[in-house]
Amino acid sequence: MSVLAQVTGSIGSVGYGLAAIGPGIGIGIVFGLGVQAIARQPEAYNLIFRNMILGFAFAEALALIGLVMPFVYGT
Amino acid sequence: MTAIALAAGALPAGTGTRMHVAEEFHAPGLGLFQWEPLFDIGPIGVTKPMVLAVFLSALLIMFFWVAFHRPQLVPRGVQNLGEVGYLFIRDDIARNIIGKRGDKYVPLLFSLFFFIWFFNLASVIPFAQFPVTSRFGYPAVLAAIVYVTWVGVGIRAHGLGGFFKAQIPSGLPKAIYPLVIPIEYASNMIVRPFTHAVRLFANMFAGHLLIALFAITAWHFIVEQPTVLGFGVGVVGVVMTAVMTAFELLIQALQAFIFTLLAASYIGGALEESH
Repeated sequence: MSVLAQVTGSIGSVGYGLAAIGPGIGIGIVFGLGVQAIARQPEAYNLIFRNMILGFAFAEALALIGLVMPFVYGT
Repeated sequence: MTAIALAAGALPAGTGTRMHVAEEFHAPGLGLFQWEPLFDIGPIGVTKPMVLAVFLSALLIMFFWVAFHRPQLVPRGVQNLGEVGYLFIRDDIARNIIGKRGDKYVPLLFSLFFFIWFFNLASVIPFAQFPVTSRFGYPAVLAAIVYVTWVGVGIRAHGLGGFFKAQIPSGLPKAIYPLVIPIEYASNMIVRPFTHAVRLFANMFAGHLLIALFAITAWHFIVEQPTVLGFGVGVVGVVMTAVMTAFELLIQALQAFIFTLLAASYIGGALEESH
């Protein structure tokens, strides 16, 4: 099959950029709502902050998998 | 890239790039993380991360031995510091996430937190300058320990059948279960330990790479190939190296905290009656 179009260069970087969109939105939501919750109920700070960090960690994992993959499957 | 890999393998990270007198700028790559063995013990080639791991473990054990080998009712000196660390793990992590039953798991969580934190800290200690946890083997083994622990705790608490039943949320419409059961098992049994390890590894990996990138930028544009236009870029490199090092200090503590927090939440989840 003949090649019609080709993309060369650092495709891994493009892939990572795409992979970071979702977690970026997710982390924004986690901290945005977390700050809102703390503003509404400052006395529950410890509880909210801990859950905020947990949510952040879950969302962030996706971006980090995206970061590692180009190195794993790179040439 | 290969020149950096070879130079960085034979020498400490800082000097490795210095050997690399290049015409044009080369960004650091995977070569920063590949180490040639320093010396051999039998069939095992001992590399710098291994030496650092042993050294930091010894340092950590020594510190807490000094703090707690002769405990006083009224703590003085180092014991104060050790107790602050212990109370942080017990009150902020174990009791908050698992509850009163969590006291049994404080030794595990305590060791996890401080080992990971010290391993991460090696990234900014002069001459060490390599986060041990950016070699995937270290977080993988730590995550495996946590995995075996929470599965064991769950099976002991609920029995084998009860443990597997507790993984699935109850009270859903019957039609959804064919969809929910595979998703829940895949996410709890396969993806969870994987992301647990990768989260720590990738954070340290990316952080080390980022600091190295700015440091090499500064070195290249100020010392190796100084030009009028490039000097500004080099200054940005110097400033960003300092900024990123400070940021890494925060990330290192945060990642150790997150790893321990997740370990506690997995154990706590396994102990719960049902979802």
